[in-house]
Amino acid sequence: MTAVLRKELLLYFTSPIFYALAAIFLVLSGYFFYTNLHFFVLYGAMDLVKGFWLFHFLDTRRLLIVLVPMLTMRLVAEERKLGTLELLWTYPIGDAGVIAGKFLACVLVLALTLGLTAIHPLMLARIYPLDWGPVVAGYLGLLLLAAACVSCGLLVSALTDSQLVAAAATYGVLLLFWVLTWNEAAVSEGWLGWLAPLSLFDRTAVFAEGGIDTRDIVYFVLFSATGLGCTLLAFESRRWRGVR
Amino acid sequence: MLVSAPGVPAIELRAVSKRFGAVEAVRDLSFTIAAGEIVGFLGPNGAGKTTTLRMLAGVFPPTTGTVRIAGHDPVHEARRCRRAIGYFPEHAPSYPELTVLEYLHFVARAKQLPRSERPHAVDAVLGACGLGDMARRRVGTLSKGYRQRLGLAQALCGDPPILVLDEPTIGLDPSQVVEIRELVRTLRGNRTVLFSSHILSEVEALCERVVVIAGGRLVGEGTAAELGRRLGARRRVIVRLDASPGELASALAQVDGVLGITSRDDAVCIDAALDVDLARLVGETALARGWRLRELREEPLALEEIFLQLVSGRERPLP
Repeated sequence: MTAVLRKELLLYFTSPIFYALAAIFLVLSGYFFYTNLHFFVLYGAMDLVKGFWLFHFLDTRRLLIVLVPMLTMRLVAEERKLGTLELLWTYPIGDAGVIAGKFLACVLVLALTLGLTAIHPLMLARIYPLDWGPVVAGYLGLLLLAAACVSCGLLVSALTDSQLVAAAATYGVLLLFWVLTWNEAAVSEGWLGWLAPLSLFDRTAVFAEGGIDTRDIVYFVLFSATGLGCTLLAFESRRWRGVR
Repeated sequence: MLVSAPGVPAIELRAVSKRFGAVEAVRDLSFTIAAGEIVGFLGPNGAGKTTTLRMLAGVFPPTTGTVRIAGHDPVHEARRCRRAIGYFPEHAPSYPELTVLEYLHFVARAKQLPRSERPHAVDAVLGACGLGDMARRRVGTLSKGYRQRLGLAQALCGDPPILVLDEPTIGLDPSQVVEIRELVRTLRGNRTVLFSSHILSEVEALCERVVVIAGGRLVGEGTAAELGRRLGARRRVIVRLDASPGELASALAQVDGVLGITSRDDAVCIDAALDVDLARLVGETALARGWRLRELREEPLALEEIFLQLVSGRERPLP
């Protein structure tokens, strides 16, 4: 697994796409940070958590949906196109090792990108005393959400040999999981009502307010595990059928 | 490292079939390769060569039948078998963004070589494949010939006892073909090598034995001479002497096994059955009659012709 993990990290850091995406992410999150803080100061709000961090983390969460599919699209689709996937299958690492290595590499890259945005609260802390608890909770929520999105993107990438199709389909699936709760009225009755608790993005609300709910953590872990399990099944099924 | 016990073949296929939906790519294929043999795997494009090699490398299992790598099952003992095989897929896929060195270190790690052996293993294959000068180049900037070498380096990494090479010379220019062929020649030793190709001269130059498939079935197996005998291939001698073809024909007419005499430019071309020592016979005849001999040579047994006979005679279209 470490072989694939290291190779994926190398590939991320040698390709310009990661730097472009990280730059876009940092600029936009800086913009959100600045405007949210400006708002908070302008209205003279008292509660930093409910008046500022909540908005900041909910905004940053939206950026993840832009970032993740662009990072996951190449994970399997590119290897299939290059023909290296076949070669990976002849090494002793095994499917699970390949999938785990790719998943962890992408999550680490996202953790690094998220980590870089910590410069904003650090700068704020120099001029204003901060309670770091809510900040850590907020970042934990973002990271768990990112991991869940990566498992979803990895699965989609494992089903196609076109990176473009992988990115587009991942956007579609993530948006669906986001908007599940939007039309609450339409959703509340019948089988659609069962879908509402699956909404991926609502699960970060408690984290953004500085709280940690174990149910949310369990949800994210289960979501990621399901995505990875399905990717493993996709690998095996395509291999046995010779589809590659 | 998996080393086959004495008497256990390195590669064994028993009644192997592989079906993709309605298409049966390989049908009832059986052959064995002893440890240390260099075997050519021949067939026209679409014959099922790549499918067979993929089953050996453990990419996918056969639909029916059994595959054994040094007596082990590539599906249930995958890790063991995968450690024993170096596989070179057609077109030598690799990662264009990585450098040669980065890529080979990845391969060494993926093949689960112990940490202490990795630098040595990478150095060894860099040297063996003539990639030393290219170590810091990105794979994407390598020429096709070097990329094929990198593919071989990848297969050789960790020194597996069995090598499965799928068309290692396809798409190369003639001088690169010679380079790769020389490289494969140096891989002999105590390794078992199965080498697929649709070009015969290549296999003839490299391999002791050939396995020929067409339409997913085995159509021939053995040394070039054995295959030739079975197919009634002819031995051919080209001779230039100061006698007319007619005189030569009447002199050789009584000899059993001489099948035909034709003139070709200023030379005469004599065909005979494989068991006739034709060159000696013609030489002795010329001496006895006092003809001056200017040239006498035996044409090498052309695998190309045997191959065409095998393939065109037995190939059936896929349903």
